[in-house]
Amino acid sequence: MSSDAIAIQTAEAAGRPWVATLHEWVTTVDHKRLGVLYILYALFFLVIGGIEATIIRIQLMHPHNDFVSPQVFNRMFTMHGTTMIFFVAMPILFGFANYLVPLMIGARDMAFPRLNAFSFWLTAFGGLLLYFSLLGGNGLYGAGNAPDVGWWAYAPLASRAFSPGHSSDYWTIALLASGFGSIGTAINIIATIVSMRCPGMTLSRMPLLAWMNLVMSGMVLLAISPLSAAQIMLLVDRYLGGHFFDTQAGGSATLWMHFFWIFGHPEVYVLIIPCFAFASEIIPVFSRKPIFGYPVMVGATVCIGFVSMSVWAHHMFTIGMNSYANSFFTITTMAVGVPTGIKIFNWLGTMWGGKIQFKTPMLFCIGFLFQFLIAGLTGIMLASSPFDWQLSGSYFVVAHFHYVIVGGILFALFGAFYYWYPKVTGRMLNESLGKLHFWLFVIGFHLTFDLMHIPGLLGMPRRIYTYEPGRGWDTLNYLVTIGAFVQGIATLVFVANLVISYFKGTRAGNDPWDAWTLEWSVSSPPPVYNFASLPTVSSRRPLWDLKHPEDPDSRYE
Amino acid sequence: MSTMATPLPETTAAWKLPYRGEVGMACLIIAESAIFTIFVVAYLYYVGKSLSGPTPRGVLETPIFYTVCLLSSSLTIHFAGKLLERGRRAAFLALWLLTVILGVLFLCGTGQEWHRLIYQHGLTISTNLFGTTYYSLVGLHAFHVTVGVIMLSIVLLLGLAGRVGPEQSRRVNVLSLYWHFVDAVWVVVFTVVYVLGR
Repeated sequence: MSSDAIAIQTAEAAGRPWVATLHEWVTTVDHKRLGVLYILYALFFLVIGGIEATIIRIQLMHPHNDFVSPQVFNRMFTMHGTTMIFFVAMPILFGFANYLVPLMIGARDMAFPRLNAFSFWLTAFGGLLLYFSLLGGNGLYGAGNAPDVGWWAYAPLASRAFSPGHSSDYWTIALLASGFGSIGTAINIIATIVSMRCPGMTLSRMPLLAWMNLVMSGMVLLAISPLSAAQIMLLVDRYLGGHFFDTQAGGSATLWMHFFWIFGHPEVYVLIIPCFAFASEIIPVFSRKPIFGYPVMVGATVCIGFVSMSVWAHHMFTIGMNSYANSFFTITTMAVGVPTGIKIFNWLGTMWGGKIQFKTPMLFCIGFLFQFLIAGLTGIMLASSPFDWQLSGSYFVVAHFHYVIVGGILFALFGAFYYWYPKVTGRMLNESLGKLHFWLFVIGFHLTFDLMHIPGLLGMPRRIYTYEPGRGWDTLNYLVTIGAFVQGIATLVFVANLVISYFKGTRAGNDPWDAWTLEWSVSSPPPVYNFASLPTVSSRRPLWDLKHPEDPDSRYE
Repeated sequence: MSTMATPLPETTAAWKLPYRGEVGMACLIIAESAIFTIFVVAYLYYVGKSLSGPTPRGVLETPIFYTVCLLSSSLTIHFAGKLLERGRRAAFLALWLLTVILGVLFLCGTGQEWHRLIYQHGLTISTNLFGTTYYSLVGLHAFHVTVGVIMLSIVLLLGLAGRVGPEQSRRVNVLSLYWHFVDAVWVVVFTVVYVLGR
């Protein structure tokens, strides 16, 4: 009967003009559709950011290469960084949060659906504005188009005198717009989790994904706002002749660094905490065990949230802070490794003694675990300020943070794609293509980013346009570029899988993974209203209780 | 069958969670506080670092009257909300109107001060560091007051049209939370600009 209903729906959809469908998607306030829009938008920019990365890597493949001009190279690394952080990672994670949080806490929608749509379109507008700079950035000066001041836009490089034309203005306004969008979404996620949980879903029964997105959203409020404030100041400087970051008039370039990194470092945790959330949902299901140490997991997340707010100046050891500041930021940075380590042990504890199923989502999560650990270890190395004095601004740092962002965040995200794709589309992603994607990506990733540490140790600075031959960097850079291509091919396999499986994948049913959280209780894809009647839960694993009435979790609470 | 929803037990016992409007506004206030913190830090960091005049000591006058206006508007909006809860619409509207007037008075005060600074002392946002930080911080606050006055006026117009009753008092209270925040920020800005900054 229900399949008839679906057939009718499809027939209706096929019979409707595409303008009507487009209109529906553009005007939607449904959290699931907005989630999908966020994700598709981010995937689009992922491809663009990936192309920019490839251009950077081709340029650095050989010494004295001139694949692009130095000016274009500067634009490429600026746009690559800005795009990947603000228009790929943030929106894709917000997309998952949007889609999953209401379903997992048993709500029919987000707390403020229209604010949700507004935030998405603000973010989308920000991305378009950033790329419109390629057309409009010239201004009257003929002074280059896209932003080329690096994704930090350090003062005074971003001031009128050194960045004429409009390229930096586009950068500023794009980040300001998308920043307000992020704050809107964060408010929405918090209000949803605090006020919209279904009956019985106490805070201690909430899925870890909801908990971690709650912490992430709280951090967005405290981290993105300083960035917005700093962007307003930069606009005042650039347009109204202000002197915030104008060293000629007594202003301070260091203040911009502080403001930027007060945003910049918590941002890393804003991005990684939702990925912790994916791992915390996926690893238990494929280990066939409940998560190990749930309360400790929550505590560690909140702890990371607090501690990571006080580590920002470890990005600034080389600017000459006093020894107290250096010691303070070294200690806090090392301290943030403690709750993170607790989490890694909890995931291992979950896997320990479990019946592990090596499906694609689990493979990506295991990759995430090991790579994130290594990323954390190089992070501890860089936290030590004397070590950082040697390597700050080198390719070692580039390798370190790409290890976090690609090896950690992107791997967990791929896992999340394979895990929740059946829920969103009703079809499974192809397992063989998935495994091919995983192994290709692992090989490409390690080829690129393991080797990238070494030229850094040998003294290769980041953002360098080209280099002299014979410094021991040549072969390494060549291999790093090959690895980038392998990753590119792996990503193409992934995109092909997404497209092919959407049409040809096996049907998923409600609950293909035999999982335990509420989103798997509704049909795939879920109906517009999510839950016909609001569910009531009495434990952390409501679907386990339902499937095993003889031995429910609620008995042990 | 597989596409049908798995039946879950339905809602039974009473289940009460915080009002989403208040939670949302609280979050907005946290985010706004972070923005203001950055501007306040910049102001304090640059106190006395201007390379040329005018200086705060030379040109600023403490705006006592307008500060009293803004702070007392917190009281009027609070009691207006209480009156609305009890269903006394006319009294609510009177106090609400008073709140709007006090807010507008405050903005006039800021306008007067700026006019004096610009035309008598030649201080603009690009004159020196003091000008940059002063106009940004006070301006950011005045912008928030303006947004508040616009929203209060919308409620006032709706109220005059008879559309605001006790059933809306929760929503009206969310707006007064914002107004209290704007007032609290002024306490900080006042302390920083007119007390510490001189």
